[in-house]
Amino acid sequence: MIVEVGHFALILAAFVALVQGVLPLAGTMNGHQRWQALARPAAIVQFLLIAFSYGVLTNAAVTDDFSVKYIAAHSNSLLPIQYKVASVWGGHEGSLLMWVLMLSGWTLAVALFSRTLPLAMVARVIAVLGFVSVGFLSFILITSSPFERLLPAPLDGRDLNPLLQDPGLVIHPPMLYMGYVGFSVAFAFAISALLSGRMDAAWARWSRPWTVVAWIFMTIGIALGSWWAYYELGWGGWWFWDPVENASLMPWLFGTALIHALMVTDKRGGFKAWSVLLAIGAFSLCLLGTFLVRSGVLTSVHAFASDPKRGVFILIFLVLVVGISLTLFAWRAPKATLGGKIALVSRESMLLANSVLLVVATGAVLLGTIYPLIIDAMNLGKLSVGAPYFNAVFVPLMVPVIFLMVPGGIAHWRESRGKELGRQMRWPALAAVLAAAAILIFSERGTWLTAMGMALAAWVVVGLLVQIVARLQKPGRIALSFWGMHLAHLGIAVVVVGITLVKGYEIERDVRMGLNDTVSIENYSFELVGLNEVNGPNYKAMRATVNVTKDQKPLEVLYPEKRRYFSTAMPMTEAAIDAGPLRDLYVSLGEAIEGDKPQWSVRVYYKPFVSWLWYGAILMALGGLLAVSDRRYRKSALSAAS
Amino acid sequence: MKARHQRFLLITLAVAALVTAGMFVLNAFQSNLVFFFTPTQVFQGEAPKGKAFRVGGMVKEGSLKKDGENVQFVVTDFANEVPVVYKGMLPDLFKEGKGVVTQGKLNQGNQFAASEVLAKHDENYMPPEAQHALDKAGAAKAVQTYKPAN
Repeated sequence: MIVEVGHFALILAAFVALVQGVLPLAGTMNGHQRWQALARPAAIVQFLLIAFSYGVLTNAAVTDDFSVKYIAAHSNSLLPIQYKVASVWGGHEGSLLMWVLMLSGWTLAVALFSRTLPLAMVARVIAVLGFVSVGFLSFILITSSPFERLLPAPLDGRDLNPLLQDPGLVIHPPMLYMGYVGFSVAFAFAISALLSGRMDAAWARWSRPWTVVAWIFMTIGIALGSWWAYYELGWGGWWFWDPVENASLMPWLFGTALIHALMVTDKRGGFKAWSVLLAIGAFSLCLLGTFLVRSGVLTSVHAFASDPKRGVFILIFLVLVVGISLTLFAWRAPKATLGGKIALVSRESMLLANSVLLVVATGAVLLGTIYPLIIDAMNLGKLSVGAPYFNAVFVPLMVPVIFLMVPGGIAHWRESRGKELGRQMRWPALAAVLAAAAILIFSERGTWLTAMGMALAAWVVVGLLVQIVARLQKPGRIALSFWGMHLAHLGIAVVVVGITLVKGYEIERDVRMGLNDTVSIENYSFELVGLNEVNGPNYKAMRATVNVTKDQKPLEVLYPEKRRYFSTAMPMTEAAIDAGPLRDLYVSLGEAIEGDKPQWSVRVYYKPFVSWLWYGAILMALGGLLAVSDRRYRKSALSAAS
Repeated sequence: MKARHQRFLLITLAVAALVTAGMFVLNAFQSNLVFFFTPTQVFQGEAPKGKAFRVGGMVKEGSLKKDGENVQFVVTDFANEVPVVYKGMLPDLFKEGKGVVTQGKLNQGNQFAASEVLAKHDENYMPPEAQHALDKAGAAKAVQTYKPAN
């Protein structure tokens, strides 16, 4: 019964969303203040209804109500409680419900934290979000209701895919979704600016903190996904250029470009049309990502739907959003005034160059991601685009982006004198040359790629030190956003170090081991000392005991497992990792090899600096957090509104 | 330099950079496309020699032979077969009688030397390429028996 009430609440929410979209927008056109004022209460009611609906589904999962088809398909009575809660977003229908829950949450936040904004602007933003919500709610209600019953109810559920039974899963999708959905706020601000016809800098200022928050969530979401793949898929990779990963990387790249373009729009009044376009692009890529991941056109752990109706629905929605936005853009953008003149050497020109490069990189990733799908859809054959393509195009496009981070930060707005700029870049340049030389001279396995990676990292780190020193010499309080920016840029350098060193110096050994066999990598040795059966809550596992010694001194005992889940009989490799700041030791257990002496195939990996990938992401997220907590945003919102 | 000249230079530079980037992307793209072939197509000699491609279908029952790291098995679409050799650990869900997709090249002995055996995430999951190969070979009946009961 309560399940049906949850379903009904969702239907109501769709109507509220429609009201939230239509009336406030109409109010801004005919000047009715009352209609505009409906936006906030509608957003609140919509959120409450969806939250209730989501709570109902979670309750069904926790109480093992297998008469709900979705719960029966994605949960199991033996599943530990945290995974029961997570199973709500472990499948197609539930994850979409989470999508709209977050959308209504973001809308609620806009409604609550926009007191300083003009009413008409708030009405427009909330209305646009209302329309997006209408799209997704009708998608859920028409094609993918999570509240469908399954009668008679099965005795037990089919269980959550074992790969997803992991702490990483519990937080990865919500984080990523917060990011995806968060860009809808930036999008709504951009569309509102177009609708209002006043393409001034105010909308950029208002949407900056929202965009950064969405970007923070997305950064964390992507990093968690990569981390999860690293320790859960059992072969030590951290980025596969899988279409699903690309689907999250593309809006991140656009979002990064957007953050920087918005800064120029806010501070200098330039790039207005460009910022709007980036905001539309970022959100469209989020929708494309949702389409790719959830439509079933891709096959991966993320793809749930196999019903072609669903794919078509999201595709139509995507085409509508892009079509309407771009039409509106073509109509209104010419009114945008250009900002002040930009010189060839200026902070603006470098930011522009970087955002263009990020867009080109996104385009290259997009090409490799959807080309096979288009060819397949047109029945022209089956093909795939492998990781070599992505590596070949992405790295050379990112190198100039990272290079420009330093002169871009040092250069003045409007115009910078080449000589002065050159003088300030002496130290970063020296550091880069030294780093590259150190790799090429002292490291046996160092290649020019490794050298370039380390040079770039040194360039960025010393570059930001130069900027910090220069700023400290000037008077005045230093804004939090200044530290935020440099922390985020430091994060980029840390990621670059991680990628460079793990790519350059990792050692991977696939070996077979019997009891008491030893494998050595560098000065570490791994001895297989035991193998025994262990029982988990919903699986049985073969657990190996591997003694790790460093220079003959005991260091750690690792327990890689091979699990077999009862509900699916699906084997799962559970790697054991000794993580450290400078290196990870990674052991995963393969299958048994028959023979006179029992042996197992074992993967033993030495991964230097791999954790820096995730440290870097954390630094970027912290940097973003510092930037949004800057008081300036609240103050400037006030002053812009008055 | 006048502002107009400067802007002209800026635009020229940007266009040149974009064209270079575009050409470079397309070039990399062209050389990294990996096409898919069914066992029947491979049998009929349609697959490229000396270039990597993918082949998919079912792992033939009783064809899996392991010698430590070295693995041999046969991929079939029930019309034709391709012998595959592979060195390394097989993915968790690799099984005889289940769908598989592998990437690699044909070697001198007309065996398919796989560099990658694609890992699957779900035991009930049938790689669409493998399904496609079976459908193409007209082995519709055989497919039924392998389709997981939902």
